[in-house]
Amino acid sequence: METTAFQKIYTKITQITKATCSLKATGIGYEEIATVNGRLAQVVKIQGDDVTLQIFSGTEGIPTNAEVIFMGKAPSLKVGEELAGRFFNAYGYPIDGGPAVEGKEVEIGGPSVNPVRRKQPSDIIPTGIAGIDLNNTLVTGQKIPFFADPDQPFNQVMAEVALRAKADKIILGGMGLSNDDYLFFKNVFDNAGALDRIISFINTTEDPPVERLLVPDMALTTAEYFAHEKNEKVLVLLTDMTLYADALSIVSNRMDQIPSKDSMPGSLYSDLAKIYEKAVQFPEGGSITIIAVTTLSGGDITHAIPDNTGYITEGQLFLRRDTDIGKVIIDPFRSLSRLKQLVIGKQTREDHPQVMNAAIRIFADAANAKTKLENGFDLNDYDERTLKFAKGYSNDLLAIDVNVDIDAMLDTGWRLFGENFEKAELGIKDELVKKYWPKK
Amino acid sequence: MATKGKVVGIIANLVIVEADGPVSQNEICFIKMPGVDLMAEVIKIIGKKAYTQVFESTRGLKVGTDAEFMSHMLEVTLGPGILSRNYDGLQNDLDKMKGVFLKRGDYTAPLNDDAEWEFTQIAKVGDKVEAGSWLGEVLEGWMPHKIMVPFKFEGNFTVKSIVANGTYKTKDVVAVVTDESGKDHEVTMMQKWPVKVPIKAYNNKPRPFKIMETGVRTMDTLNPLAEGGTGFIPGPFGAGKTVLQHAVSQQAEADMIIVTACGERANEVVEIFTEFPELVDPRTGRKLMERTTIICNTSNMPVAAREASVYTGMTIAEYYRAMGLKVLLLADSTSRWAQALREMSNRMEELPGPDAFPMDLPAIISNFYARAGFVYLNQMKADGKEAESGSITFLGTVSPAGGNLKEPVTESTKKAARCFYALNQDRADSKRYPAIDPIDSYSKYLEYPEIQEYLKKTIAEDWVSNVTLVKDYLLKGKEASEQINILGDDGVPIDYHLKYWKAEVIDFVFLQQDAFDDIDKSTSLERQKFMLAQVLAVYNTDFKFDSFEEVNPYFKSIINTFKQMNYSEYESEKFNGYLKEIETKINERKAV
Repeated sequence: METTAFQKIYTKITQITKATCSLKATGIGYEEIATVNGRLAQVVKIQGDDVTLQIFSGTEGIPTNAEVIFMGKAPSLKVGEELAGRFFNAYGYPIDGGPAVEGKEVEIGGPSVNPVRRKQPSDIIPTGIAGIDLNNTLVTGQKIPFFADPDQPFNQVMAEVALRAKADKIILGGMGLSNDDYLFFKNVFDNAGALDRIISFINTTEDPPVERLLVPDMALTTAEYFAHEKNEKVLVLLTDMTLYADALSIVSNRMDQIPSKDSMPGSLYSDLAKIYEKAVQFPEGGSITIIAVTTLSGGDITHAIPDNTGYITEGQLFLRRDTDIGKVIIDPFRSLSRLKQLVIGKQTREDHPQVMNAAIRIFADAANAKTKLENGFDLNDYDERTLKFAKGYSNDLLAIDVNVDIDAMLDTGWRLFGENFEKAELGIKDELVKKYWPKK
Repeated sequence: MATKGKVVGIIANLVIVEADGPVSQNEICFIKMPGVDLMAEVIKIIGKKAYTQVFESTRGLKVGTDAEFMSHMLEVTLGPGILSRNYDGLQNDLDKMKGVFLKRGDYTAPLNDDAEWEFTQIAKVGDKVEAGSWLGEVLEGWMPHKIMVPFKFEGNFTVKSIVANGTYKTKDVVAVVTDESGKDHEVTMMQKWPVKVPIKAYNNKPRPFKIMETGVRTMDTLNPLAEGGTGFIPGPFGAGKTVLQHAVSQQAEADMIIVTACGERANEVVEIFTEFPELVDPRTGRKLMERTTIICNTSNMPVAAREASVYTGMTIAEYYRAMGLKVLLLADSTSRWAQALREMSNRMEELPGPDAFPMDLPAIISNFYARAGFVYLNQMKADGKEAESGSITFLGTVSPAGGNLKEPVTESTKKAARCFYALNQDRADSKRYPAIDPIDSYSKYLEYPEIQEYLKKTIAEDWVSNVTLVKDYLLKGKEASEQINILGDDGVPIDYHLKYWKAEVIDFVFLQQDAFDDIDKSTSLERQKFMLAQVLAVYNTDFKFDSFEEVNPYFKSIINTFKQMNYSEYESEKFNGYLKEIETKINERKAV
């Protein structure tokens, strides 16, 4: 960021903490950006002529006579077609060695869409993964996170989903991404020949944590440009939102705010909602779909981060290792896609809702049977059959390596029903059973 | 002279204004940024400094900016034209706003000044009137909308003049009333009222004495919501709070529904925007939107306006109640409102209560719930003997952090609301929707003698005792299931299996309901009565089984046939066919 003529330079810092510094200045706008010895900072508090700045990269080595220059504007990004295929850091500066992008300058974190101007999401996003398409169907304009423990292959599944989703643009917002994962995404997209559709804003573990706070806004401002102005279908990948929330708590802690549950700031819900609610279906055809990752600690979804996320997003995808088949599956109990009702049985085959529910119910019965077995009880005939069904269901449908179309998933469902159960055991509408029950 | 001031401090949406004159708590002020005015509410005053919460983003705001105090609290505008509108939390008409994105400081009028209404007199010259008395009515869509003496008018008045029947605009004077000192006051069709003050223009508020049908079996039968009553639905995410509230908003037997989307997902509101103009209210044949008003402050809209949105909804409900209507107010979710309070309390550096919520949270919540209720108005019916009545039934959702019901918002609400519909994660996981826990949930109204009397009269003499029986059976089923899990299938007598499976019949056939099936989604009380009798008949049958292994498949097949029945039109050929099938199945196994 270069300085221009007539900018006032301040050189008297009155207070420095780990993340903020304060000085006396006048005529400063709230949320305005500034540089402190070249480091990017933002106004977070003004009291009289005391201005507090949050320095994104931290205050290490900042002297009390540092040069502070106010930019007179909120953080912004230049948007244009040229963004496609490029890699940027959290500030929107290129990190791929390419030139800076020319285009229209827009403030990041702008206003939200008027709810009456939104369109109801209605386009299915097929991924080929049955645990998603069959049980937790995704729809354009939806926001949904993966809830996963750090050891699970969420980035792989997310990359897979992104590539199969047939989006016009894929925007990757990496927060606290390890360098290895960053390179993984780069390679996968490159190998798929999709690099020209990808735009990345990357904050790796090597970068200061507070910088992460800019990544989602950068990614979503870009997404709004392509979805609203160019009417494109945009898919935004945000990984890992837990590290984003951690950065929020660092800042609020240094601002002396009273923490609420799990040391998170009281505004966590609003902070996360501001990001996720950018997912939208525009009436003109463009859309922003957000797929995020929220890592859990020991599968605990009652922690404030996954908990608040769950209340904001339209469902969640839960990864779990199924020891019976030795594969990672999409857990049908804890996973949910709230928008699936808009498309299943409408854009997919009529038997979709009932097959989905019947299969999950039996899978729940199988889980009970398993508990019984672990407690040393004999299983009855029905229990045995549910266990057989569950194994097939896990392996042929829930496993993340499945890649078939939705009709084939439903046929597999009926095949598994036919192999293990009587018609009356399913509780499915008679008309559907008559039509789809597999012929011997 | 209005008080003016200057901005001296900014911390997110908490803006400190130094005032040059008197300022009152909760007064509205406008902060005059270049080109845009930001609305704010005073929430604390220290000396000359007024701490205000701004209902918008404060990005770019500078110290020294002018502010102007309005000498009134946050108000809503009441008058014909509210029905079927989509408002934000501050009652701005969302449809009137230009552009796809919300613009800061874009305040739009809630009513249409140019709209013309067909006015019909109710009061006559010389009538004694008071605040809330009906002067006349206009037709708002299909709804007779009463034009009342404004609620702000204190004391007794006499009608001095009233316009002839005819067409008038919203701001035209339709009547002049004279107060006791002889002073004349003009009345138009429009009035204003501060949202945080309850409208008390009624005669008395009796205990609720009838129930409000929702079409949801597990609510209507097991834990009915009273007309004028209050209830809340706490539940972890994904347990189906919103689906349940939408079901109630579509089917409930109310004249008017106000849906307050408070800090929730925009797509859920869009669903209402999209579907309500299409869906038909089976009771009236009209489109659902014709009886609905939506207050929408989604989670990404400014936090301070979120707090205002529930009050805006309640005040509009009170306005329509005063017209003698049956209003149902839904708020999803009251936890977001509490969180908005927490964010502000935090910025003001107040000492926090539990989970950093403000200390007065329980008081704020109970004051709010207390505004609901059935009331007899001061207005008498045309015969002059009986008073007109109206009601607000309030149903809120609570989103407990971590699904833990021992958190401050749930606990505070439990003290205030009379119906508790606990959504259970296990039920949701096994797709037993609606996931209302039949054992933990309660309706205090079932214990009201008035309500019991009402149920006996309108449904059946033995209704209340049957409902109690069903609850016992469900509890016995749960106990049996626990025993089976501890001792094993063959470790318990067959009787345990029967108890368990008979309770499962009640659960699957009666409690579970498919909100997405055209027929099953709403069940009339008559049909509920019939179905309850059927499942009770199964429960009271003496069955004969030789081994426990026969029990499971038998009841599965009974449940399956009952489910087909739920999916069929009531008393249709198909329905009766399945009924016959069930009879046959019962007779096959009946102990002689």
